[in-house]
Amino acid sequence: MDRHINVPMNQETAISLHAGDYVYISGTIYTARDAAHKRMYEALERGEKLPLDMEDNVIYYMGPSPARTGRPIGSAGPTTASRMDKYAPSLMDLGLKGMIGKGKRNQAVKDAVVRNKAVYFAAVGGAGALLSKSIIASEVIAYDDLGTEAIRRLEVKDFPVIVVMDSEGNDLYETAVAEYRVDC
Amino acid sequence: MRTVHVSEITENIKEMCIEANHFLTEDMKCALTTGAKEEKAPLGRQILEQLQENLNIAGEDMIPICQDTGMAVIFMEIGQEVHFEGGILEEAINEGVRKGYTEGFLRKSVVNDPIVRENTKDNTPAVIHYEMVPGDKVKITVAPKGFGSENMSRVFMLKPADGIEGVKNAILTAVKDAGPNACPPMVVGVGIGGTFEKCALMAKKALTRPVNVRSDIPYVCEMEKELLHKINCSGIGPGGLGGSTTALAVNINTYPTHIAGLPVAINICCHVNRHAVRVI
Repeated sequence: MDRHINVPMNQETAISLHAGDYVYISGTIYTARDAAHKRMYEALERGEKLPLDMEDNVIYYMGPSPARTGRPIGSAGPTTASRMDKYAPSLMDLGLKGMIGKGKRNQAVKDAVVRNKAVYFAAVGGAGALLSKSIIASEVIAYDDLGTEAIRRLEVKDFPVIVVMDSEGNDLYETAVAEYRVDC
Repeated sequence: MRTVHVSEITENIKEMCIEANHFLTEDMKCALTTGAKEEKAPLGRQILEQLQENLNIAGEDMIPICQDTGMAVIFMEIGQEVHFEGGILEEAINEGVRKGYTEGFLRKSVVNDPIVRENTKDNTPAVIHYEMVPGDKVKITVAPKGFGSENMSRVFMLKPADGIEGVKNAILTAVKDAGPNACPPMVVGVGIGGTFEKCALMAKKALTRPVNVRSDIPYVCEMEKELLHKINCSGIGPGGLGGSTTALAVNINTYPTHIAGLPVAINICCHVNRHAVRVI
């Protein structure tokens, strides 16, 4: 089912999304990948404040290529989400509602998605040029020294993603693959 | 003896880094087109069509095909009658990478140390493989390698008793474990034989063979076709979201090995299987 949603998103929106839905996201999202997650995790351990509020927000696991002059961003596709599995449950417990990435997640992430009524979306891996066209603006808001791994605030318009894990615990990677598996 | 100035190497490598990250080779484009026509899953077809659109945008607007513009893997096949002048070859190669990644707006993804992890900010150093060959030419292959798929690659030190079935199982296991993480449809590079490091290098080099060219060793050719069929029965599909196009090719290279061993390496590449080749 095709859906258009605005982000940040509330619980009601998150619950209404189901594994397999094709979703166009518009609004504000934030990028963070390995190094930014490690820093945020360490900040939480020290009892410090995070550079962005997690409540109802969506994090895109992405580190772009440099923007050419006159463009908001370079190539901007998803990175492998499982490298963020160690950190994602704590962020969801703080209110993070959505993650955009690619690839499988572990059980702790699945549990946190269900527990917090959150959503894990996949963007098409390796389609960074195409996905960059849905990003209208990009601004580094934290950890500038991390270069491509800095935290960016992105304004997106009809950014295309697919719901992989929903708040009921469904996992499209398991169900869709089983549907098309044939004995040979 | 033929003399080649190292600045010529630098300039070519710079251009090839940019070319490889914006344009796929014809064989890869054809394989993706065929995949989009034959894919059984509607979502899978949609994804394959998006990948084609992505390639068009990359070439027309000069936006890298994928934001992970990789670590620069460079194969240097150097004719033994070539003499380099004007500097140190390795430095000239890295200078080409530095210029290509900086001037070409490519992502700098290399850290200086695997534990300290400070970004070198120019994507150097490259991973360079030298080979001495007959003649007076220099063949350069620049193959930027992204790590979504690199991380899913494997080496198995099998026993001779495991035989061909053991090899097939190892390859299928690696592909199944890679699943959506490796950005399917994948290209599967395989090295069988040699030693621990030789099979890994063969697997990497196998990825630079056109996807429509099969091994000229009859049993290897059969194995490539059979494994591609089996991988495409796995259901993983484009993006790992279900479908019949999980891999575009299985390219296998072999080498003699030891009486006690059967090394197998599987180097998985995503659908952005990039390489630029030039002969100087």
